[in-house]
Amino acid sequence: MQAILQYGFYLIILVVLAIPLGSYMGKVMNGEKVFLSKILLPCENFIYRMLKIDKKEDMHWKKYAMCTLAFNAIGFAFLYLLLVLQRFLPLNPENIEGNSWHLAFNTASSFITNTNWQAYSGENALSYFSQMMGLTVQNFVSAAVGIVVLFALIRGFVRVEEKGVGNFFIDMTRTILYVLIPLSIVVTLGIASQGVVQSFKPYETVTLVEPIELEDGSVVTEQVVPLGPAASQIAIKQLGTNGGGFMGANSAHPLENPTPFSNLLEMISILLIPAALCFTFGRNVKDKKQGIAIFSAMFIMLVIALSVIAVNEHAATPQLAQEGAVNILAENQAGGNMEGKEARFGIATSGTWAAFTTAASNGSVNSMHDSYTPIGGMVTMLLMQLGEVVFGGVGCGLYGMLGFAILTVFIAGLMVGRTPEYLGKKIEPFEMKMAVLVCLATPIGILVGSGIAALIPTIADSLNNSGAHGFSELLYAYSSAGGNNGSAFAGFNANTPFLNVSIGIVMLFARFAPMVATLAIAGSLVGKKKVAVSVGTLPTHNALFVALLIFIVLLIGALSFFPALALGPIAEYFQMIA
Amino acid sequence: MSSKNTNNFGGKAMITRAIKDSFLKLDPKVQVKNPVMFLVYISSILTSVLYVFALFGYKDAAPGFILGTAIILWFTVLFANFAEAIAEGRGKAQADALRASKKDVEAHKIESIATKEMSIAVPSTSLKKGDLVIVHAGEQIPADGEVIDGAASVDESAITGESAPVIRESGGDRSAVTGGTTVISDWIVIEVTSEAGESFLDKMIAMVEGASRKKTPNEIALEILLIALTVIFILVTASLYSYSDFSAKQAGIDNPISITSLVALLVCLAPTTIGALLSAIGIAGMSRLNQANVLAMSGRAIEAAGDVDILMLDKTGTITLGNRQAYAFIPVDGATEEEVADAAQLSSLADETPEGRSIVVLAKEKFGIRGRNLSELHMEFIPFTAKTRMSGVDFNGIEIRKGAAEAVKEYVLQNGAKYSKQCEEAVKAISNQGGTPLVVAKNYKILGVIHLKDIIKQGVKEKFADLRKMGIKTIMITGDNPLTAAAIAAEAGVDDFLAEATPEGKLEMIRDFQAKGHLVAMTGDGTNDAPALAQADVAVAMNTGTQAAKEAGNMVDLDSSPTKLIDIVRIGKQLLMTRGSLTTFSIANDLAKYFAIIPALFMGLYPGLSKLNIMGLHSAESAIFSAVIYNALIIVALIPLALKGVKYREVSATKLLTRNLWIYGVGGIITPFIAIKIIDVFITAIGFIR
Repeated sequence: MQAILQYGFYLIILVVLAIPLGSYMGKVMNGEKVFLSKILLPCENFIYRMLKIDKKEDMHWKKYAMCTLAFNAIGFAFLYLLLVLQRFLPLNPENIEGNSWHLAFNTASSFITNTNWQAYSGENALSYFSQMMGLTVQNFVSAAVGIVVLFALIRGFVRVEEKGVGNFFIDMTRTILYVLIPLSIVVTLGIASQGVVQSFKPYETVTLVEPIELEDGSVVTEQVVPLGPAASQIAIKQLGTNGGGFMGANSAHPLENPTPFSNLLEMISILLIPAALCFTFGRNVKDKKQGIAIFSAMFIMLVIALSVIAVNEHAATPQLAQEGAVNILAENQAGGNMEGKEARFGIATSGTWAAFTTAASNGSVNSMHDSYTPIGGMVTMLLMQLGEVVFGGVGCGLYGMLGFAILTVFIAGLMVGRTPEYLGKKIEPFEMKMAVLVCLATPIGILVGSGIAALIPTIADSLNNSGAHGFSELLYAYSSAGGNNGSAFAGFNANTPFLNVSIGIVMLFARFAPMVATLAIAGSLVGKKKVAVSVGTLPTHNALFVALLIFIVLLIGALSFFPALALGPIAEYFQMIA
Repeated sequence: MSSKNTNNFGGKAMITRAIKDSFLKLDPKVQVKNPVMFLVYISSILTSVLYVFALFGYKDAAPGFILGTAIILWFTVLFANFAEAIAEGRGKAQADALRASKKDVEAHKIESIATKEMSIAVPSTSLKKGDLVIVHAGEQIPADGEVIDGAASVDESAITGESAPVIRESGGDRSAVTGGTTVISDWIVIEVTSEAGESFLDKMIAMVEGASRKKTPNEIALEILLIALTVIFILVTASLYSYSDFSAKQAGIDNPISITSLVALLVCLAPTTIGALLSAIGIAGMSRLNQANVLAMSGRAIEAAGDVDILMLDKTGTITLGNRQAYAFIPVDGATEEEVADAAQLSSLADETPEGRSIVVLAKEKFGIRGRNLSELHMEFIPFTAKTRMSGVDFNGIEIRKGAAEAVKEYVLQNGAKYSKQCEEAVKAISNQGGTPLVVAKNYKILGVIHLKDIIKQGVKEKFADLRKMGIKTIMITGDNPLTAAAIAAEAGVDDFLAEATPEGKLEMIRDFQAKGHLVAMTGDGTNDAPALAQADVAVAMNTGTQAAKEAGNMVDLDSSPTKLIDIVRIGKQLLMTRGSLTTFSIANDLAKYFAIIPALFMGLYPGLSKLNIMGLHSAESAIFSAVIYNALIIVALIPLALKGVKYREVSATKLLTRNLWIYGVGGIITPFIAIKIIDVFITAIGFIR
């Protein structure tokens, strides 16, 4: 009962915060006045003057897309060099070596795509400089890129018979300046107050309160405590659905996430912007119900996913309950499947985080998904495989969902005897082509990547487990890449040339193919006229449409991944109950 | 509908022809046009090759299993071909009939109208645009053209199926003639407007035959979705091979799945049902339109008809019966109603117009006034002329006149009588109610006014209410004054009206609606309708109309019936609904197929997966066979639906969607579970499978 209240509490806070933020971001998108304008408008104009940005320019979608790609290409090159050359750069008190070419490729791909898949452990592989100038910068800009592409798409629906979809540079500047930086400051201060480290000092060595004797008889009395400018990076890692931890253990690490309050802050930050963008969408297409419908579809799927995870983790497995090894139904202590979960968080908080972080393409973790029950772990995997559209990444989750909405209106629209339209814009072959790319890039990336990987004989060496669970680890890794999520089944050792390169390619494909396709849709819609609404028009803001949208998302996901899941978690589940 | 067009779908000859065509369509050049079915085609070839390999020792799976799969896949392809062939069959039969009327005839070419007596006989194929020909009674019209001299009755049954001849004459809106029709009486001189091979008849043959059928944008968009799904399923099955290989290695056994079973899975998952029926649905839609005697110039026009949300309907013939009818006699200036009726009847006895007849009928109904012996009374009838705007009768020194209020007023005033205020008010009252007043005067004294009324057709009000439920607004187009128009509009229940309509007014109205995002449909016949027809999204030209109107429209209504627009909208919607419903059904089917095939493939590897065999299928082989057989048979089972179209009702979009989702969505999930189980039981029982 207490657990249910806890789940409900998390969800309510999320909605309460998302609604006002949504309308705030709507204003930012349109360049309307907001309460921060007084302070930020001069900064904004200063940036435009410095960078010689023409405020009046309205870009054709192709130019917008070129800017997006070029911007990311430069970001990639910069980050790659930084990682390879960090040995020669400042702020490296631990004298950490440069990354290998394939790890640098993987990490650079990972961070420019807002995935934050980490084939390395932050405290061992990266200098403070790489973390701050490389990763944190990408945490901001990759998040902003997702949001601005969404803005362009929204303009596609709003504008009638025009050419431009907005100005990439202005959208980027505004998003970072008005949305990401202020929110990050608030969250940074919040979590730093709870004890998350923020320091340039070298790692400290401390004496253990209680010495530990190892199996070989030696006694450990000291521990190295990694430090660094963590709080500021963690704030944006959560807000920008990046997820790349400062430490290898991510938000399960006590210095990344020390207290229940820091946990609450970080967890809400995961879904805050993606959820709020649904309301931004509704506000800016001038039909709030449309935003609420999309939000509802995402929210319902989140609740379903969360419930399945919760039920399975609380119920644990017959093996754990064997001969009373674990008291599953314990009243006063954490019962259920506590393997891989922090005792200070317990099942409800860990399960919620797992659902949030895989629903949003965040990927930060406060528990090890590898240790979840088969079905609990499957849900986290499925949320990524659905294309990260259950809120998903900032911006990209919503434009992915709008891609699914286009598929839905296409099929449903035909069933009411009209050629399909969405928000008054006719859906024709070009939009359809691009929409299927938006929706299917994730399954394509995952299936191709994992399909090839499964044939590599040496792949088994990277696995922590064998059999069905070993396969799940592999599938999870590519699902995480294909969904631009970044979380991992903990046992998987991904730092090999093949995995680094293949996972890197999957991340790049799953990010940029839908992104360009979305801009193409925006460009095509922006030139169309708006069809008048009548009772003969398929309504896209009622419960029926929400149900249908959920059905289509689940159907495409199920059809793409049922066989794969059958060989992984489903097989494992049947083994478990056998 | 004409007898010619009522070919029976199930006709034996047509089925035989369709079966033959199913095999002819195995040509790869034909197959490649339909990507989803092309995949099945390739799969059939692949499994056949695997079978041959198996015979020579390289065994992908048990040879019997491979052969069985290959045969079922070939049948799947043939069934899809059959669906298309049977849909084309009706059109082909119609085209054959049309071709029969398109004989090469002798044309009598002349230099000019003045020299029409001197004609040179030339073959009709040599006629060029602008040539003049004369056609006499009994001859076939050699080419499409405009009548520039003369008038004749023409038998157009070859095209319209309507056996009653129609009048064609120079000038006005009845001047267009179609090559292949026959002049029955008199003669006409025609200016040829189309070259050989581009005539209306040629276009018509091409359209009904489907030869010039291009994929419509909506079909292309749907095909993109189907191809994308197919690509995903190719990846799913390919990656499944490697997953299975990986899992088997982990378990230390051989890869349990054969290529044949993966191909079977792929074909089952690919949206073959809709892939096989998609073109049949499109052709059948066109065919239904042809059955309604409407000829669409493109498939796109039919789809646009589904989207139309504004119908511009001509008042006369669509909303009201063609003619006004006498409704009441209103006496003025102290006369009695019977006196008015009597005078009106007398003046109308020889008036053969429908209005005149209706006056006689009303007089008889109300007062029992019967026809009188005309010659006995020495009656002299004064016909209506445009100048006098009155008609009437003179006998025994009595002079009766009836006519438009203005005309009669002038007539009585000129003859020293008065035009009373009461009469003026009666006239005005009738106009306000949407009626037409006819004033009746006897010996220059006004007796009263006849109220002529537009009679609203039965059922139109309900029809318009239904259309409104679907979100379609109806606009009445009329030449009447706004007052009259408003009254009729209110009575008929249309949403809006355009009074005193001019061609420019119509054009402007269409543009206004389109600017607001509406799609507009209209019918028209006159040359002056051409600009509006060209502007409208769905433009139906009457076959009786001029060549210009026909060219501006994107459909031609061979019956020239003004109510046809409503049928066209229905056919358009039905076409789109059928497409959407069968797509939904096809995709929803996949769930059951997974539950049949996945446990069958992997029960050996993970015995626990047998719990997914919720249908309790007999064995792995029977499960795969049952799924593939279902996949083939469902195509055949749905052919009638594809041809007939899904049931259509005039309700709101939400209701339609809910209904179709239950039937084709939920039904699509459940049906295969039951059907696959039945097939499994059956093939196991007959010993097809051990």
